[in-house]
Formats: sequence, C-alpha cells, structure tokens
Amino acid sequence: MTAKELKDKSIELRRKTLEIIYNAKAGHTGGSLSIMDILNVLYNRIMNVSPENFNDANRDRYIQSKGHSVEALYTVLADRGFFPEEDLMTLCQYQSPYIGHPTKGVNGMEQNTGGLGHGLPICCGNALAAKKDNSGVKVYTVLGDGEMAEGSNWEAMMFAAHYKLDNLCAILDYNKLQITGSNAEVMGLEPVAKKLEAFGWAVKEVDGHDYDALIETFESLPFEEGKPSFVIAHTVKGKGVSFMENNIKWHHGVPSAEQMEMAREELLIKEEV
Amino acid sequence: MMNSLEQLEMETKEIKNEVLLGKPNLEVFSATMQKLAETDRGIMAVTSDSRGSGKLVPFGQKFPEQIVEVGIAEQNLVGVATGLAAMGKKAFAVSPACFLTARSLEQIKNDVCYSDNPVKLIGISAGVSYGALGSTHHSLHDYAVLRAINNITIVAPADNFETEAAIRSAAEMETPVYIRFGKKAMPQNLGSIDFEFGKGRVLKEGSDLTFVATGEGVWPAYQAALKLEEEGIHATVLSIHTIKPLDTGLIEKFASNGQPILTVEEHSVNGGLGEAVASHLFQNGFRNKFKIVGLPDDHTVHGSQVEIFDHYGISEEGLTKTAIELLK
Repeated sequence: MTAKELKDKSIELRRKTLEIIYNAKAGHTGGSLSIMDILNVLYNRIMNVSPENFNDANRDRYIQSKGHSVEALYTVLADRGFFPEEDLMTLCQYQSPYIGHPTKGVNGMEQNTGGLGHGLPICCGNALAAKKDNSGVKVYTVLGDGEMAEGSNWEAMMFAAHYKLDNLCAILDYNKLQITGSNAEVMGLEPVAKKLEAFGWAVKEVDGHDYDALIETFESLPFEEGKPSFVIAHTVKGKGVSFMENNIKWHHGVPSAEQMEMAREELLIKEEV
Repeated sequence: MMNSLEQLEMETKEIKNEVLLGKPNLEVFSATMQKLAETDRGIMAVTSDSRGSGKLVPFGQKFPEQIVEVGIAEQNLVGVATGLAAMGKKAFAVSPACFLTARSLEQIKNDVCYSDNPVKLIGISAGVSYGALGSTHHSLHDYAVLRAINNITIVAPADNFETEAAIRSAAEMETPVYIRFGKKAMPQNLGSIDFEFGKGRVLKEGSDLTFVATGEGVWPAYQAALKLEEEGIHATVLSIHTIKPLDTGLIEKFASNGQPILTVEEHSVNGGLGEAVASHLFQNGFRNKFKIVGLPDDHTVHGSQVEIFDHYGISEEGLTKTAIELLK
C-alpha cells in the first residue's frame, strides 16, 4: 500500500480501535493510538506476514513487547484478515480470546505478552535462530518508553549487538508519557539515542505518525550491516483525537458515550478531508 | 552398537542390589547433551556464563554453533531460549537453579509456561549443592514456585540413569520442563530401567513404611531403607523423579495399607514434594502417619551438601532415626 492509502486507512483503524475499547469499557486508549501508524506500516507494507503464511516458518515475526496496547494490534490484525472484525466486540468479555494483552489464542499473535521487558529477549532468540537457519526472517518488536526502565531490555540489547542481529528491529513508541506522568518525571530515559548507540545498535529517529518517513525508515533496514536496528518513533499518546492527545488520563481511559461521539466526528472529518 | 541405556541395563543386572557409585548427575547431563547434539543439530545449549559450571565446555568446543552464550543475564537467558524454542530449536537454558528459578521466574511463568514454548530449563547445582557458598546460591524454593505455575513438568533425577533418561525425554518434549540436579557423584542406577516423566520408580518394596523421595534425597532414603532392613523393618522406597505431574497412583498404592509415609527432598519443607504428597493423600481420605523431611523454614546452615544433609537429617542415620520414631 502507498503512504497515502495507509494514511487514509489509519483513520478508520483508529475509529475501530476506539469502538472496541468503548464497547468493552476497557483498554489502553492512548498507547493504542500512539502505535497505530507504526503497526499499520509494518503489517500493510513492510512485514512478510499474512493470514495465508502465518504457519510458514519463514514468515517475519512481530512480538508486541508493550502488550497493553493490544487494541491497536487487534484492529490491524482484523483488518489484515486474521479474524473477523466482529469478534473484537467480545474484547475482555468472559471467555473471549480477545483479552487485554496479546495471547497466542488469537490468530496472528506470536507470543503472549503483557509483562514488560519480555518482548525484546524473545525477539533476540527468534532473530538468532533465523540467522543460524539463514532463513531471511526479520523480527520486529514495539516497546513502550516507560518499559525501557526494565533491566531485561538492556540485557537483550547487549545480546543483540554481541550477536550482530541485523535482522532484528526494535521500535520505541516514544510518546514520552507513562501511567504516572512523563518519562522525565518518572524515570528519565534521555539521552536515549546515545544510550542505544552506546549499546551497539544502529539508531534512526522518525516521526511515528509520518507515513512517508516511517516507510522510508523501515525500507532502509538494516540501518547498518552487522548491527541491530532501533527506530525511535516520536509519537503522540492518544494521537488522532484532539482531547486525548498528550494527556495521561487516556493511558487507559475509556471514552464516555459523549466523548466517543466527539471522537467519531473528529475522525470522520479527517476521513472526509 | 549398544546404546548407553542398554549398556546400563546390563551393568544393572550384573550388580543386582549392589549400588554402584556413578558420576555426578551434572556430568551425565553434559555427556547426554553431547550425544544428542551429535545427531540433532536443533539441540541448543543456552548458558549464562555457566558453561563451565554446567560442564558444557567440551560441548561448546565440539558444537560451537549449538551453544549460545547470553552472559550473566538470566532474564535474557530464558527470553532468548524462548525465542529459539519458538523457532523450532530444542533450547536448553542452563544456569544454576538458584538464579534460573528466581531471577528469571517471570520469564519462566510468562514466556515459557503461559506462552507454551517448549523450553527445557536446566537447574544445575541445585538444592544445597553450593552449600558453603551461602543461601544466595541455594535453590530450596524451586519446586514450590514452579508447582504454582501451570504447564510445566518438574523433575529431579535421583541417579545417573534417571538423569540421562530425563534429558533424552526433555529433548523430545513439546511442553515446558524443568530438570534440576547437583554436582556430587550419585549412584549409577538404583532400580529398573523404566523411565517416564510422571511415573515414579519403585526402588525397593516393603510394607512397614514408605519413603517417598525425590532428587538427591533418594539415595539417603535408599540407604536408610537398607539400614532399617537390618532392624527387621521393611521399607518401600519410591523415586518420585517427577514432582509435577505427581504419580499419585503409585503413591496411593504404597500408602494403601496405612503404613507411615516419610517424604525426603532437598528443598524447603514448604511447598515441595512432601506437601504435594500430603495434599493429595489427605484430600483422598488417607490418614497415614506422615513426616516431611527437607530443609526447615529457617536460615540454612552452611557447609558441604553432605554436611547440610546430615544437619537436617537427610542422611542414612537421620532418616533411619526419623523412620523409627514415626513407627512408634
């Protein structure tokens, strides 16, 4: 898909994500809107993964380390045809497989995540196995910025550089907010690019909502031969709905009927434009 | 050519009831890994600066593509092993049991068990094998924490035979498994050559008392049973190498005439084999006299594994005495 087509699709994906959160009265709204454009580009442009090849050992792998933003991933997977969209109306209901974090019970999910700092180590194992098998498989993960305080991420970063895993791409959803407040207030992450480079990664910074830039960045992987790639995607928590943007209230805030209507209208205007 | 199990069977027949001291189970593990790797390129040893402790240096030299060094980073150890397993590798995460089952417990719970990745978790120098190094290096909690996590088989082999069989079985398992053992020489084989996860082995039969033992607690139980024989007390000795799933049928069989039960383990008395057995028997109407021998809920004394075992009565002498007390 072209950047324009992907951008158009993103408005619908955002609306659907809000609809399932609204219906479930649960979900991680801000983070889901924050990573939506990244997932849209990965699944609809970059990664070699589809419902048709999901059992093929040589498919690309995506593991969502920030598992709580699962609603965005559900929406993208449903749109991609992994399961019917109406299934998502059971989100978080009794005995539904569509729970508040990724699980393998849902078609298209690679691993169960939810505990933070788990995705990158698993991706390292995936990427190393792919290297050993010369399979050409590429491995992707999205991490939250608050999640970067988990020590296991830094263990995995040392590992990925040591084993020259240039088939691995980690993406930082850098919206600069976490549940308690800003990263800077809770646990300073800066200078993150320098830290990642010091850990042996090739790093690029990108506007995480700019489709041309995202495509160009992902299509230039690996950024450097013999090094794992880290994309620092500067994002906006709650992106796309003005009253949700940059407000920690929406970390796992659920819209009221009135707010949902406002969000729908706002997204509809964007769709028409 | 005879395989090692057939060879062991012949040797076992020859020695009959005599217990032949073998190698440390740790060495049996590393030798078995080498044998498996010779014919299976999918076998991977993942280590956390633990290849020396795991006796895997020769393995690494012979199969450099099949060993993955993670460095001293146990969370990443289990994460990486998970990622390898998810890609079809037979990943053995090898690290001292104390670190493997505590530092990386969340990875075991989430990435391995909850996500159903068939990682083989190998806890080396388990229990109080590192006795004199202090409680930082003891694993007396591992059965308890892992028993409370679903989708994992928990194994503590008693002798060399059980260790080799357990490693071979683990390689073929499609669900998570934890195997732990020590580094002191253990008997070659205390019983028959039947081995299956979840099926205990009857090492000796007698109707006065039943020792239900696991791991490196089995041998002292066996020795105590021989000692009691001299006193005219006939004891059964069960090697419950698989703590979960527990062979409840076998345990019930040797509890069914009401004989006292004495459980033996190199683990805290809280949450281990003894409590698992007690829970099953009590809930199924058994009211046998019952004693759990293990490490008490206290700071552990320091010393060698043997000294610590002696201190807490996990020894021929201690278990003989406890058995006689229980029979009063």
